[in-house]
Amino acid sequence: MGCGVMTAAAAALTPSPRSFGSRLSTYFYLRPRLLLMLFLLPPLLWLGIVYLGSLFALLAQSFFQVDDFTGQVIYEPTLGNYARLFGAVNLSIIGRTLAMAAIVTVICGIIAFPIAYYMARYATGRTKALFYVAVMLPLWSNYLVRVYSWRLILAKEGVIHWAFNEMGLGWLLDWMLSLPVLQGSSLSTSYVGTCVTFVYIWLPYMILPLQAALERVPRSFIEASSDLGARPRQTFRKVIFPLAIPGVAAGSIFTFSLTLGDYIIPQLIGSSRPFIGQAVYQFQGTAGDIPMAAAFAMAPIVIMAIYLSLAKRFGAFDAL
Amino acid sequence: MPQPSIAVSFRAVSRHYGAVRAVDEVSFDILDGEFFAMLGPSGSGKTTCLRLIAGFEQPTAGLVAIHGRDMAGVPPYDRDVNTVFQDYALFPHMSVRENVAYGLMIRKVPAAERAKRAEEMLAMVKLADFGARKPSQLSGGQRQRVALARALVNRPSVLLLDEPLGALDLKLREQMQVELKAIQRQVGITFIYVTHDQGEALSMSDRVAVFNQGRIEQIAAPAELYEKPRTEFVAGFVGISNLLQGEAARAATGAARACSIRPEKIHLAPAGAAAPGSAMRVEGEVESLLYLGANTRFDIRLPGGGYLAVVQQNRDAHYAPEQGSKVTLWWDARHLMTFGG
Repeated sequence: MGCGVMTAAAAALTPSPRSFGSRLSTYFYLRPRLLLMLFLLPPLLWLGIVYLGSLFALLAQSFFQVDDFTGQVIYEPTLGNYARLFGAVNLSIIGRTLAMAAIVTVICGIIAFPIAYYMARYATGRTKALFYVAVMLPLWSNYLVRVYSWRLILAKEGVIHWAFNEMGLGWLLDWMLSLPVLQGSSLSTSYVGTCVTFVYIWLPYMILPLQAALERVPRSFIEASSDLGARPRQTFRKVIFPLAIPGVAAGSIFTFSLTLGDYIIPQLIGSSRPFIGQAVYQFQGTAGDIPMAAAFAMAPIVIMAIYLSLAKRFGAFDAL
Repeated sequence: MPQPSIAVSFRAVSRHYGAVRAVDEVSFDILDGEFFAMLGPSGSGKTTCLRLIAGFEQPTAGLVAIHGRDMAGVPPYDRDVNTVFQDYALFPHMSVRENVAYGLMIRKVPAAERAKRAEEMLAMVKLADFGARKPSQLSGGQRQRVALARALVNRPSVLLLDEPLGALDLKLREQMQVELKAIQRQVGITFIYVTHDQGEALSMSDRVAVFNQGRIEQIAAPAELYEKPRTEFVAGFVGISNLLQGEAARAATGAARACSIRPEKIHLAPAGAAAPGSAMRVEGEVESLLYLGANTRFDIRLPGGGYLAVVQQNRDAHYAPEQGSKVTLWWDARHLMTFGG
């Protein structure tokens, strides 16, 4: 009798036959870590071997040298490339690129902040969608086309020179282009033009993270600050800006590192003095000196490492 | 004894959002040192009134005055008023101590005094050892206390509280009600408290304003509000709604006027039992009953389609009918509240 009840209960507990797919999902549902591993393995392999591996191979190259005579790489460890890197000419290339990256980043930040602030705090519905499209739209068109367009805009015959002349302000542009560092025959052959183009091209990369950071600041924080006696300027300094810092940091990492590595904009627009990207391009291409190009490629990596550690020290990532 | 001065006064104040009248020609005075609750369902205009006092909103029409001064065009940072926000709005990048001292820092109070006053406030809300923590390391109840300390440290003449206990669990909420009332007595400033919880409003306030659709239905002390509601809405919103209308009202009282009777005022007796001479009585049937520990709630179906809730203390050998029992209900005629014409 008791035995019969047992059998019936056991029969009731036997799972009904199910399809392979449903058994598979149950298997993974009960082992979430295994599933995570399966999903992560391919990108980790890619990142670990293909990406980091080739990066290290490149860096290893920087410790070899090219025989001037034969053009062959001599596989003997040497710091010769780095000694050359710290020569006056190469240092000035690095300094020029660094200064440009810093200026572009600051200008991007200044232009992006009000736009991002408006998008995050005031724009709703259609206006917000419109702003998103306006910020992203340039990213949908070809980079080279946009840079060439700027060359036309900035040229002596371009719209900016024309507009200044029409307004009787041509002398202002001429005066600016006669200044020591900024000099050029037109905006398109001056550092000013390079900077304008960089700012234009990288601006979306500053606006979007800033907007995301500002969006996470609830309205009640701003109300609380003014309720406690803070004027709008104080509220901005003490509450809004500190909470936007992670966005500023993220955006500046984009604009800064992208400017450090770019070789097309300074090639097409600006004075003919080279930037890091162009130097790398020339060493590995025209000169066939891969080891020296690799040594040059170290510069942006080291600069970014320093930049990130400084940003971390000042608490830029505390809110992450 | 001198007449207490008026802390906040509204004169025919309206706040419209397009066609929506969030606040519609509201007038009232809040006395100095009063614990004043603004009670109402969501969207009734109570929070908008609070924001009009804080200065986050400007009235579409009418006059808002704080201590006799017209507040038209005065921004929040120039008002002697502080707010405890519903979501607390503690600044996440500052420590608890920096949060509390924020208002003092803005007003350029010297650092030493600032630190001393912040510590005093933290001690008052029983968070003396938490100054170095970040808000994210606190529980909901602790954050609520920090928000209170941050507002009170500025010694405002009026403190605004926007559903400050809404996010806390029941036990903590009851405890905080007692503490808030004690703190208000201690600091002696005007508290204006927005809530949709009638229990909170009744237990803490000196006076309660009941809001409905942008207007005030009644302003009264808690007991008066409960015992003598002026409108059907107040009777229904404060306490258990026991409203009888039309046929049901006629069956119970003999007149078709809308009326209400508080559930604890009704006596239960077996069917056909006689009631004292002056009492009103009606027969009914127990539809359902809820055992609530301290008391039991009976829902009684009346002839004419009405229902009355009866709450009876579970004290001793009371008459305790079961579901489906026929019963007699009776109450003293003076407890019957009638509305309208």
